[in-house]
Amino acid sequence: MSKLVVTSIGPASSVQDGGRPGSQRYGLVPSGAMDRLSLAAANTLVGNELLAAAVEIGPFGASFTARGGAVRVGLAGASRNADIGGRPVAFDSSATLAEGETLNLGFARGGSFSYLAIEHGIEGEPMFGSLAVNARAGLGSPYPRPLQSGDELKTQAASGIAECRIELPASNDAPIRIVFGPQDDEFADESKKLLTDSEWKISATSDRMGYRLEGPAIKHLDGHNIVSDGTVNGSIQVPGNGQPIVLMPDRGTSGGYPKIATVITADFGRFAQISAGRSFRFKAVTIAEAQAEAIKFHALLRSLPDRLRGIEDFGLNIEALRDANVAGQAVSAIDAVTWQVAVP
Amino acid sequence: MAEPLSPPRLLPSGDSAITVEFSRTIDDAANRRVLALDRVIAAEPIAGITETVPTYRSLLVHYDPVQISFDAIGEQLLARAAKAPPTETGTRRWRIPVTYGGEHGIDLEDVAKALQTTPDQIVARHVAGDYRVAMIGFTPGWSYLSGLETFLHVPRRKDPRLLTPAGTISIGGIQTGVQCLAGPSGWHLLGRTPVRTYQLHRDPTFLLEPGDAITFTAVDAKTFAEQDRAADAGEFVAELVTP
Repeated sequence: MSKLVVTSIGPASSVQDGGRPGSQRYGLVPSGAMDRLSLAAANTLVGNELLAAAVEIGPFGASFTARGGAVRVGLAGASRNADIGGRPVAFDSSATLAEGETLNLGFARGGSFSYLAIEHGIEGEPMFGSLAVNARAGLGSPYPRPLQSGDELKTQAASGIAECRIELPASNDAPIRIVFGPQDDEFADESKKLLTDSEWKISATSDRMGYRLEGPAIKHLDGHNIVSDGTVNGSIQVPGNGQPIVLMPDRGTSGGYPKIATVITADFGRFAQISAGRSFRFKAVTIAEAQAEAIKFHALLRSLPDRLRGIEDFGLNIEALRDANVAGQAVSAIDAVTWQVAVP
Repeated sequence: MAEPLSPPRLLPSGDSAITVEFSRTIDDAANRRVLALDRVIAAEPIAGITETVPTYRSLLVHYDPVQISFDAIGEQLLARAAKAPPTETGTRRWRIPVTYGGEHGIDLEDVAKALQTTPDQIVARHVAGDYRVAMIGFTPGWSYLSGLETFLHVPRRKDPRLLTPAGTISIGGIQTGVQCLAGPSGWHLLGRTPVRTYQLHRDPTFLLEPGDAITFTAVDAKTFAEQDRAADAGEFVAELVTP
């Protein structure tokens, strides 16, 4: 039996998958990956189901060592300096750790969360159909808590098939799209305009439960007490101090502050990746537009297996080269070229 | 009931959920309509619905926009709400032990001051209430109860606490509640119960259902400690008064 041993890891790192919907009526939130597209991309790279359990790695560095045999992994999401025993590894591609080798990951760049999927998946006991960690509810497997060094992720030996990369749409910094409601009538038009016209920052006190926003105070028409009702991923609730909180996958299933708007499904993962302190804007769209984008997003998820490319393709070298370049650490563009297989 | 029921409001909660709102305030009639619509949907499913979440005054319906649009699901929900008969099922009644004040309920004295009365009066009034589980939400087993008397209505805290203890019994606005797990809360903490409304590896995992009737009984700290151990071992501790 192969396993990946966590040799070092920062906070906000846990095993996540597609989550456990179905028990929200008892207050059990589904949890699951912050950025589903990146989770699905990482899984696709190693031939897993799109939303299988993988390691969601927070903004800080991490390292993993293969024991008991080789382990094949897929890396996606916020890119980082990455190497296996000094051999550079590109994001959005697969790689194999030989027995005893260590995968080193630096700090997240241009995002908050990276996903490390393991070929054949992570072994664990599903609870309510999911391995996803929900620490407050005591759920998650193999560990019902964020990962710590020394933890072991059991899997099967690497298949030894050729490595590959995945071609994803270019990332963008466009405004995060929202649909007003369900309680936008608790706010004056000027307050709604303030939400879409202002620059916002994610507070450092944010977590998988909610992202607190820093910006102008959004005033309520009629106080901040409403009767608690149901929430969704991306609900933008406004407590008494007027500083919005965007609810994330470990949110409460209900909340008692008015919800002025909701982040659309297609932009939720991109929103989750915005690092603390970085500025962004919201843009309101209609429900019809949001649903059209949701349908496109689901189509994109389903298309991931068709986006796999061989590692020797020219495109990979460009990607890897750019990645190595951005890393700005020891690896120059020329160095990067020397480890490429075949530069035409 | 000759008067026809007004149709609920349909509110978008993003592109994959819709809030079917029967009332903007807590009222038992609206809550019964929520639970009735939930039963009708269970009996006559709508393709594309992934999950329903009953709350005080609205039913949150999660759906897959690939399968059904906002307009189409809204239409079907309105049709079902129109025919939903608010029939009652057999009501279970639970008696839940609570240790009030002190370290178990750190806000009891402040609430008494704010309401210009004594902590004992607050406890007496809270224990006298006849409550009903209007919804379960926020965190696993967090049971929101309707039936809090007007005198005990206190606005929520402006800055929610980031951590409050497991088993907290609290009041917030016009609601009172039984909190199962430690976690954030903007409510005022009156006491704690040893009852676990959610406990993994116990059958049932979730003790309470929406619609259950609840009364509280005051117990001392020693009883709390004993019952807390029993509950930890898997006992309900809550007493089922009428099945």
